[in-house]
Amino acid sequence: MATLEIRDLHVSVGDGSDGAKEILRGVDLTVKAGETHAIMGPNGSGKSTLAYAVAGHPKYEVTSGAVTLDGEDVLAMSVDERARAGLFLAMQYPVEVPGVSVSNFLRSAVTAVRGEAPKLRDFSKEMKKAMDDLSIDPAFAQRSLNEGFSGGEKKRHEILQLEMLKPKVAVLDETDSGLDVDALKVVSEGVNRFAGGDTGVLLITHYTRILRYVKPDFVHVFSGGRVVAEGGPELADELENEGYEKYAKAGASA
Amino acid sequence: MGLEQKPLSTLHEKASYEVGDFDVPTGREEEWRFTPLRRLRGLHNGTAEDGGKVLVEAEAPPEVTVETVGRDDARLGRSYVPADRVSAQAWNSFTHATVVTVPKETAASAPTVLRLRGDSAELAGPPAAAYGHTTVVLEPFAEATVVLTHHGSATYADNVEFVVGDGARLSVISLQDWADGAVHVSHQHARLGRDARFVSHNISLGGDVVRISPSVSYDGPGGDAELYGVYFVDGGQHMEHRLLVDHTVPHCRSRVDYRGALQDQDAHAVWIGDVIIRAEAEGTDTYELNRNLVLTDGTRVDSVPNLEILTGEVAGAGHASASGRLDDEHLFYLRARGITFDAARRMVVRGFLGQLIERIEVAEVREKVHDAIEAELDRGAAK
Repeated sequence: MATLEIRDLHVSVGDGSDGAKEILRGVDLTVKAGETHAIMGPNGSGKSTLAYAVAGHPKYEVTSGAVTLDGEDVLAMSVDERARAGLFLAMQYPVEVPGVSVSNFLRSAVTAVRGEAPKLRDFSKEMKKAMDDLSIDPAFAQRSLNEGFSGGEKKRHEILQLEMLKPKVAVLDETDSGLDVDALKVVSEGVNRFAGGDTGVLLITHYTRILRYVKPDFVHVFSGGRVVAEGGPELADELENEGYEKYAKAGASA
Repeated sequence: MGLEQKPLSTLHEKASYEVGDFDVPTGREEEWRFTPLRRLRGLHNGTAEDGGKVLVEAEAPPEVTVETVGRDDARLGRSYVPADRVSAQAWNSFTHATVVTVPKETAASAPTVLRLRGDSAELAGPPAAAYGHTTVVLEPFAEATVVLTHHGSATYADNVEFVVGDGARLSVISLQDWADGAVHVSHQHARLGRDARFVSHNISLGGDVVRISPSVSYDGPGGDAELYGVYFVDGGQHMEHRLLVDHTVPHCRSRVDYRGALQDQDAHAVWIGDVIIRAEAEGTDTYELNRNLVLTDGTRVDSVPNLEILTGEVAGAGHASASGRLDDEHLFYLRARGITFDAARRMVVRGFLGQLIERIEVAEVREKVHDAIEAELDRGAAK
């Protein structure tokens, strides 16, 4: 059973003239296979920083703490090693890569993560099925990655990658933001398909809306760069009714 | 030309067959300021040592005629007048020329390939200068593809004329894949008849200094020119492309898209994109684009688009130039899907240049260019 463990994680950004700024100030979190965790919090609370730091974005510097996946030291791995070890980050703002087709990209990623190139025939079939499930027009396979995609199309493609790469732990960074209700449902169904299996899910969101479709087992409230409250799904309902106000204070006083 | 007839455009001021009509460039002139004159081995100032050799080998389908002719052949130099001193030097110095003719209303059944090879031994010091001239004539409504390849070691100045008759279609691919020490200064001029269509691809990969000046002029309305270029500049190399599209007649179209990648110390790319829309060229539709992808520190890009519009009646006119580093966010995105740094870098560069390489109609050349780009990337990865 896969387990992602985050222990006392401190992360800073920037090393300019005004010095590095600490964003995460001691995060503890454990995500096990089959569990769905929601991380909720106000803007600027450090939710996305957690996602990028775990994925290894060079902009974020881990100053102390530990991240392990099944006991392996994630922080010692390069960005691509983390992905091959079974971590996945669905990005809030997927970048456009001109001239690299979706199918070429997916095949390269699948080959890298699985350690061998899938047979072209099998791969095409698998991709088509996965695209169908997410109501993605098959013509997208030949288009440049994310180029000219709408916000909703980009998010669907993130979930498409997730379903094809079958990670041990998936971090979804505000995958729900900018989606209309129909797109939200399609994306949520996708999340539920793999969340029901062996994948651990860390769902980062600003809104409670997606939690009507994706049921979290645990809810963590983020404020001021740390987890300030934890509970079950009922915590999400409380946030829906009362907002982040009281937790914002908790974060500030920490 | 009297004083009152001073040219309106400053982008294309002078043309002459006489070397003496052009001053020896000092490097301060607009048209020479980016070029390392000291590395031209005297091509620009008359001090070049004669005796170099560039051999031409031709392969053509039966309906296309390829001839080797002397200087006095009446078909030479009719569509193009040299526009700078090196070009005039080449015009006055070549001993024989190649003439390719596609008869009217004939569609060539296969590409015509001209293989140019510098024949100087690398060990014998810098190669002596060689000069060349090539004229390609498509008679009205002819259709053909012409491939020019440049290999070996040479100090070479030449002029290439493409005369595209009314309603004819010519596709040209010029591959500059010289040995490391080569110097090549070339003008490629296309003159388009009424409703003629011209597509050119310049692929510049090898050589010490490569300076190519593709230009287009129009004889009648409906002319359509698409000029594409791909270059990969390594450490110490100078690759310069100077485009000039002179719209003198109404209702013609031009598109320019040049893209290059640069890696390692003192790799220098220059792109000049001049477009003139003269007062009489109403309904012109033009767009030019240059993009550069910088892969390492120590490189230099000069990219200068110039658009001179002398009429208010244009259908479209625009230009864009962008040069930037390999994007960290692109690399992060691909690597976050398990793709290694090197593979991600290759995907981005391939994608960037591939959009133009895919347009090359001759599969064999396309594959060759593809392989050459891979070899360049291997060189970058090995470091």
